[in-house]
Amino acid sequence: MKVERAKLTWFERLYIPSILNGFKVTLRHFFSWKRSKVYGDKQSSYSAKLTMQYPEEKWPVPDGYRGAPYLVKDEDANTKCVSCQLCEFVCPPKAIRITPPGQSGEADREGAEKMPKEFDINMLRCIYCGFCQEVCPEEAIYLLKDYAITGENREELIFNKEKLLSLGGEDKRAYAHHTQDGVTEGIKKWEKKTQEAKDQPAFH
Amino acid sequence: MLNFVTEIFSSYPWLIVLVKVLGVFAVIMPMVAYSVMAERRISALIQDRIGPNRVGIPFTRVKLLGLGQPLADGLKSFLKEDFTPAYVKRIFFWLAPAVAMIPSFVVFAVIPFGSFLGAQKMVIADLNVGILFTFGIVSLGVYGIVLAGYASNSKYPFLGGIRSSAQMISYEIAMGMAVVPVFMLAADSAWQSNLTGTWKGYLDGVGLLNLSSVIAYQSDSFFSWMIFKQPIAFCIFLVAIFAETNRLPFDMPESETELVAGYNTEYSSMRFALFFMGEYAAMIAGSALMVVLFCGGWTLPLGATLDPNGYFSTPADGIIQGVLHMVVFIMKIAVFLVLMIWIRWMLPRFRYDQLMNIGWKRFLPVSLANIILTAIVLWATA
Ligand code: SF4
Ligand code: SF4
Repeated sequence: MKVERAKLTWFERLYIPSILNGFKVTLRHFFSWKRSKVYGDKQSSYSAKLTMQYPEEKWPVPDGYRGAPYLVKDEDANTKCVSCQLCEFVCPPKAIRITPPGQSGEADREGAEKMPKEFDINMLRCIYCGFCQEVCPEEAIYLLKDYAITGENREELIFNKEKLLSLGGEDKRAYAHHTQDGVTEGIKKWEKKTQEAKDQPAFH
Repeated sequence: MLNFVTEIFSSYPWLIVLVKVLGVFAVIMPMVAYSVMAERRISALIQDRIGPNRVGIPFTRVKLLGLGQPLADGLKSFLKEDFTPAYVKRIFFWLAPAVAMIPSFVVFAVIPFGSFLGAQKMVIADLNVGILFTFGIVSLGVYGIVLAGYASNSKYPFLGGIRSSAQMISYEIAMGMAVVPVFMLAADSAWQSNLTGTWKGYLDGVGLLNLSSVIAYQSDSFFSWMIFKQPIAFCIFLVAIFAETNRLPFDMPESETELVAGYNTEYSSMRFALFFMGEYAAMIAGSALMVVLFCGGWTLPLGATLDPNGYFSTPADGIIQGVLHMVVFIMKIAVFLVLMIWIRWMLPRFRYDQLMNIGWKRFLPVSLANIILTAIVLWATA
């Protein structure tokens, strides 16, 4: 390929105009304290220049973001997980480790059949793929918006059941549509999936 | 007590030199550290970033605009593993960082960084061949780079070393030629005999190539600064100093974008830090040279109205005046340092054939013409 080079005048070939331009451009940027447009309407809460001063300022995490997987509770603050171990099987890097309850069932309330004795997620292994959330029949595990997983050693980053439950909290997202006039109707699992099944076109 | 101290110093004159050396070192090292810091902050601001602003006083939450950063950087390079790759030429590999760093510090030996402090002239070695010594030493720094490139036994450092030697032969001659007119003006015994007062003591027994006599020449007004009397020489010298200190737009030996890190690719830990310190010390030395040769050294000719007694433009009588002169000198150096840092974030890198082109085909003829021009003007006005 032949590159066409512009013919420079003798003045331009002295480099001086481009050097002066360089001074101009760098000075303009040096003294520009305009907030970056990338923050959208949240601009005023971020500092000037492009740098985000991280621990003090954080990105607004978008909906649907796949952060760390945590266990969620239902609206009555009960553990939703029934220790079916599907997530353990599906997890590609084998980050989840569930100890099933055995014969006793470990249930902590009336009407619940079974719940995990131990439920560990190794956050160092998790790849945030979201398979566990997808496979869970109880909608008990969700990838929430938490992305800052830090710790001082490896043990600290294996989250146990208590930690996962407390971090997950009550899952507003999972049962928001069950609540009418502030009265909870109890767990209606499968409702979403039933609806999805109904929405499918018929084939016969 | 005081008698005892003066007695010791008068019976062992080398002690004074030692104190001066340590004093200069104690000033240069923090300057090196903080010019790195300045580089990082200025580059950040130019690129619309903020730069290191976290590290303050250790173990507290005081941030001080990040002024503690050099401390953290230094500590970090001490704690890093000092890794020697296999198949390097060990002795040269170990020697190179020292060879690169020492010359940039040795240059300060002949630079007059102040007037008097007490009875002591503020220059470590008052050599009559000052400027020649400087050129001799400064060009030694290149050997460190070439040696590092050769010893690393790896392609990128090797390319860096080759470029460095190609670079050296293209700017050094122009650089040497550029300062000839400066000395044609300054090394004239006629005006030296007119000097009065403290200047007489300052220039006592000093040859005409001595750097102090250049300062004396520039001391009477701003317009006797060589930057105004010899603007062409100044431009050439400035460009040559950029090439000398391997700063952009002439950082061919390093060129991070194409040679990984150039000659110091294989170095880690403190040995890398030595190269780094050498580079910044060379920047400071280069700025100091430009200040001495072109911007009046430690003098500040404020004129008869602002400064009727020549407090800032004649060698000092007292301690405070002497210290102020040094402060003026450091301030001037700082201006040039900022300029060098600024330019780095402004211009793209030259190819090394382009640098040779500029050095041989433009600057060398121009500097020769400048010498002849100066000679003609001197002859016509004599
Ligand atoms: S998000 Fe993926 S990797 Fe992480 S625990 Fe769930 S299934 Fe495993
Ligand atoms: S989180 Fe869901 S998929 Fe995993 S064991 Fe519990 S109920 Fe089963």
